[in-house]
Amino acid sequence: MSAELGQISLILALVLAALLSVLPMIGAQRNNEALMKLAPSLAIGQFVFLAGAFAALAWAFLQHDFTVTYVAMHSNLLLPWYYRLTAVWGSHEGSLLLWMLLLGGWMLAVAAFSRSVPRIFTARVLSVMGMVSVGFLLFILFTSNPFERILPGPIDGRDLNPLLQDVGMIFHPPLLYMGYVGFAVAFAFAIAGLIGGRVERDWVRWSRPWTLAAWAFLTFGIALGSWWAYYELGWGGWWFWDPVENASFIPWLIGTALIHSQAVTEKRGAFPAWTVLLSIAAFSMSLLGTFLVRSGVLTSVHAFANDPERGLFILAFMAVVTGGALTLYALRAPRIMTGEGFDWISRESALLLNNVFFTVSAAMVLLGTLYPLIIDFMGWGQISVGPPYFGAMFILLMTPVVLLLPLGPFTRWKRDGFMRILQPLAVTAAISIVAALLVCAWLGTWSLRAVSGWIGGFWLIGGALAYAVRTARASRSGLARHQWGMTLAHAGVGVFLIGAAMVEAHTFERDIRIAPGETVEAAGYRFTLHEVAQVKGPNWRADEARFSIHKGEREIARMNPQKRLYHRGGQTMTQVALKPGVFRDLYIAMGEELGASGAWSVRLHIKPFVRWIWGGAVLIGLGGLIAASDRRYRQQRRQRADASLASGAEAPA
Amino acid sequence: MIRMLIPLGVFLALLALLIAGLQTSENRKLVQSPLIGKPMPDFSLPGLYDPESTTSRADLLGEPFILNVWGSWCWACRVEHPFVERLGNEAPIALVGFNWKDEREDALAWIDQFGDAWDRHLVDFEGKVAIDLGVYGAPETFLVDHEGVIRHKHIGPIDANVFQDLMRRAMELKAEAES
Amino acid sequence: MTPTRKKRLAVVALIVLGVGAATAVAITALNDNMLYFVSPTDVHAATAPQDKQIRLGGLVAAGSVQRDPDSLEVRFTVTDGRHDVPVSFEGILPDLFREGQGVIAHGYLDEGGHFHAHEVLARHDETYMPPEVMKSLEAAGHPPEASKQ
Repeated sequence: MSAELGQISLILALVLAALLSVLPMIGAQRNNEALMKLAPSLAIGQFVFLAGAFAALAWAFLQHDFTVTYVAMHSNLLLPWYYRLTAVWGSHEGSLLLWMLLLGGWMLAVAAFSRSVPRIFTARVLSVMGMVSVGFLLFILFTSNPFERILPGPIDGRDLNPLLQDVGMIFHPPLLYMGYVGFAVAFAFAIAGLIGGRVERDWVRWSRPWTLAAWAFLTFGIALGSWWAYYELGWGGWWFWDPVENASFIPWLIGTALIHSQAVTEKRGAFPAWTVLLSIAAFSMSLLGTFLVRSGVLTSVHAFANDPERGLFILAFMAVVTGGALTLYALRAPRIMTGEGFDWISRESALLLNNVFFTVSAAMVLLGTLYPLIIDFMGWGQISVGPPYFGAMFILLMTPVVLLLPLGPFTRWKRDGFMRILQPLAVTAAISIVAALLVCAWLGTWSLRAVSGWIGGFWLIGGALAYAVRTARASRSGLARHQWGMTLAHAGVGVFLIGAAMVEAHTFERDIRIAPGETVEAAGYRFTLHEVAQVKGPNWRADEARFSIHKGEREIARMNPQKRLYHRGGQTMTQVALKPGVFRDLYIAMGEELGASGAWSVRLHIKPFVRWIWGGAVLIGLGGLIAASDRRYRQQRRQRADASLASGAEAPA
Repeated sequence: MIRMLIPLGVFLALLALLIAGLQTSENRKLVQSPLIGKPMPDFSLPGLYDPESTTSRADLLGEPFILNVWGSWCWACRVEHPFVERLGNEAPIALVGFNWKDEREDALAWIDQFGDAWDRHLVDFEGKVAIDLGVYGAPETFLVDHEGVIRHKHIGPIDANVFQDLMRRAMELKAEAES
Repeated sequence: MTPTRKKRLAVVALIVLGVGAATAVAITALNDNMLYFVSPTDVHAATAPQDKQIRLGGLVAAGSVQRDPDSLEVRFTVTDGRHDVPVSFEGILPDLFREGQGVIAHGYLDEGGHFHAHEVLARHDETYMPPEVMKSLEAAGHPPEASKQ
């Protein structure tokens, strides 16, 4: 029964979304209070039904209802309950349902926390989000319904892909989708602004905390995905420039540009049209990512089940959403106010530069991701673009960003002097170079990448701290939340940079042959294999290698990597053993047994500072969340709202 | 005004590329097996119910037949099974089941549950013959004419349209064999 | 022209210049990093580029996998049913690597038509994921209505 309830819930959610996309919009055009007031209730109702549908699918998983096709394909009797729960979003259909649930959640939040925003504006925002909901719900119901039944149902299901039976997978998709879907809020604010014909500082201020939060979630999601790939895929890499990864990275780059351009538009009223465009682009890129991952246009290591019909649907949806938004932009943009002028050396210029670099980076990643498509279409053969392309482009584009980043916050709006900015940072620059060289000497590394990584990292962290100290001294109340957030995020970039540079420069990686009783020496560590034992899990059995690792005379770790065989799907999987550390990770992955000698092929990695990569990303994301929580947005919002209510509702456009 | 249309233009170009890409990736899937029009490779395989019996290429010659590749592990095979059954009942030529990379007990249990649709069984547990046949995955369905030449191959589960198409082709092969 | 306009024009010109330069660099970098996908038949027909990184795709021929007992060297044959290409690889093969399984190998071809792989990827799933499930179910007499008790 639960599947039918879920289906009905989904249809009801669709009905409410359809009402939401029409009624409040009409209300806003006609200045009809009653219709506008419907928006929050409809959003709440939609969320309730979405939650109902989601719970129904989860229930089907928990109850082993294999007559539901989706359950039969992604679960089985041996799967522990927590993985049955996360299997709900383990594949295409369910993950779309999760996506929808999160969109519903964002709408609920907008309805709840926007009391101080003029009603007409909230009504339009929720209405636009309702349109997005309609598209996605139709997509789910017509092409990807998770509630399909198969009768008679099988006695047992197929297994959930073992790669997904993991903690990282529990949180990675929800966080990532929170980010993707969160950009729908920024999108809706921009469209509401365009429809209202008033693209002014107001809506940018209102949408800033939402954009920051969405961007922060996306940051966490990407970082978690990278961490998961690192320990779960058994290759030991942390970023592969795979189309699926790029699909999440492009919206992140655009989002990064967006949160910076919003700052300019809010504070100075400069580049408002550009901010609108970026808001549209960030969400469109999220849709594009969805298309790339799910349509089978690009082949990827971890693509979802491919279906061109779904691809066509998403394209049509994108054509409506993005095409409509850009048409509206073309019609309304000439009316967008122009901001005040600014000098060459000014905060505006600095942020403009940031935007140029981040959008160009996004375009470069997009180009590299779509290039195989272009080549194939031209009939020049089937190709793929190697990671070196992305690496080279990134170093090229991000070096200036790293060099200039600490200068940004020190720059004044409108007009500034170059020397005035550089002076307080000269000391920071000197200190970071000296400190970096000292660290490199201590680590004994003189590779170009490592040294420049340390200098850049210290420069970023030092610059962020210098800014925090100076701002704290200058104001009575200390740092505001948004300043804290920025400091943290910028320092996080430095931490990330150090991690990435050290991993790229000094990863030790070797495939070895080792038999029980043997010891292998690698980079100062001694790896001893004691035995290979048979162990059993709930739905798998495994060969487990028992290693002890010595450094000098001291045993520093025991590590037990496994080679698992999952009963149901008959799939083998490498379970990596990790010894994490602040300064290095030890990483062992088992290959296969070599003949009857009892020897195994084993992959050893020693990854210096690899945790700093994700640590930096977490700092960046936290910075975003802290900035989003700044009281300033709520307070000023209230004042502004009062003011605009006082001036009377806006005339119909 | 023109300036404001630039983003829309860029987007439309991107959209055109993606639609084209979708077409191209569709066509890529239609790439025919290099074995079409070639004689079916020589083989000798055991049966399913009786592991002792063997069937070779020569045993199947003389009459056209449909070769359906399946496995009990293959989920999509369950989905296409109703059509395989219909093929077994309605097609004018023999339907040979090619059990691939399976275990005998699993395959027999599967047949118990879903029914035996095939006129004859071949078993390729190691998947060696399947490679010569150019099997990329399951399910796949081949049409072989009376001279043992592979005439057609369908990749993926059989649905209503594919079923019609296979029936038409099977009738043509039958007619050809009789003429 | 007012100073503001002049400045704005300069900014636009700079951006256009920068983006143009970046695109030029990107296209060059792309062309340097393109990996062609070839089949064993392409190799046989000598249309595959030699001494250049390529991706070879096909099936691992049955009985062709040979391991060196004392090292990590593996030799196997990749076939597309018509032609075979011998491949050698040193290192750890992916979990899904099996005889008869589809693989993609990254590496280069030597003059003797021997492929030296530095990376081997196995295809993830050998069942066709059935997007047609719905359609098939309907046509098979299990329409969704019938399944709603």
